Amino acid sequence: MVATVSVSDNHLRSQIFDLLCQVPDPEIPVVNIVELGIVRDVLADPQQVIITPTYTGCPATHFITQMIREKLDENGFDKMEIKNQLSPAWTTDWITPEAKVKLKAYGIDPPAMSADKHAQACCPRCNSTNTKLISEFGSTPCKALYSCKDCLEPFDRFKCH
Amino acid sequence: MATMHNPTTPQTAYILRLADNALILGQRLAEMCGHAPEMELDMALTNFSLDLIGQASLLYEHVLEREDLAPNVDALAMTRNLEEYRNCLLVAQPNANFAHIILRQYLFSTFQKYQYQALLGSNDKKLAAIAEKSLKEISYHIRFAQSWVLRLGDGTEESHEYMEDALECLWRYTGELFEKDEILAAVIDSGLSGDYTQEYKTWEAEVTAILSEAGGLTPPETLRMLVGGHAGKHDENLGHILKDLQYMQLKYPGLQW
Repeated sequence: MVATVSVSDNHLRSQIFDLLCQVPDPEIPVVNIVELGIVRDVLADPQQVIITPTYTGCPATHFITQMIREKLDENGFDKMEIKNQLSPAWTTDWITPEAKVKLKAYGIDPPAMSADKHAQACCPRCNSTNTKLISEFGSTPCKALYSCKDCLEPFDRFKCH
Repeated sequence: MATMHNPTTPQTAYILRLADNALILGQRLAEMCGHAPEMELDMALTNFSLDLIGQASLLYEHVLEREDLAPNVDALAMTRNLEEYRNCLLVAQPNANFAHIILRQYLFSTFQKYQYQALLGSNDKKLAAIAEKSLKEISYHIRFAQSWVLRLGDGTEESHEYMEDALECLWRYTGELFEKDEILAAVIDSGLSGDYTQEYKTWEAEVTAILSEAGGLTPPETLRMLVGGHAGKHDENLGHILKDLQYMQLKYPGLQW
């Protein structure tokens, strides 16, 4: 398949990827939808952006589709289709290491890799792992609520999913 | 009112049944928004509601891709007559108290796991993808509900009594979950779903082991399980749900968020 992709197709794909990197997650604006693993692929023929929802009922999903549409239209890619693909199901393992650093700086403990999912939560403020779970379900479907037993601050943890 | 058609194939009828189960339980849980015993439980129950309504929305969309039953997903989900909803009776049972809510969730989610696992090898690839995605969420629902079944059953004398009452009341709806009616039989024959009804004993053993660990809870002797939801024969509870669920779409047809 790779052999059939022409240079101009590769150019188009990287252009689109660059644009999509400018679309932030509506709930956690420090990270973009590419580094969260929501954008799965960009195809040149047929022109398609393939995205996948994080959680089936996540209200941000519709909003993200709208933001991608606007971004593409503004830049003259109005022919580019947006296609939702469910399988393979989204996993937090697709979040890039750079995005995990940004999440932590923003005050959210980033998800562990699924192979390591029982790792203790780590306080994003003081780095202590002396933490406790307050609620497995937090302010958005992707987060759980913890508190740090050393600095006593509550914090969100991105659930390993 | 929008023109509505009934499914003409057992496959579509079955997917509609899956969608209705998810929607009705999602709506029941949404009623708990702001009413759970604690803030954390409130968030958990509404998170489950969101997951289930998300699953329902994907399933309704898929129904419409297969058959043109309604002009859009909202009309399909929210404007049918009561007897055209094909959810099982269990999901419509009321939020009588927290023990009822938790046990209903535990019984349903443990069942839903077997039901959706049977879709992973479906010849309908879209349906298999929806099941794969949903199973990740179902595992949270089971873990949460199970921990509360144990905590309440093995808690105080009072919490144990509440669980006993919930079990007495809800167990009779579990027979319907694994009922192999004509639609399910046809769906299994066609390769849309595996035969999860063969897993009934496995499910029962899994659930009764947890109940027994929960302070020795035992399912009641039930001479006759209550069934009917799959055929559109509902008890009074569904009507109460639809009164809220359908209000906006019936009052303002075609209303969009």
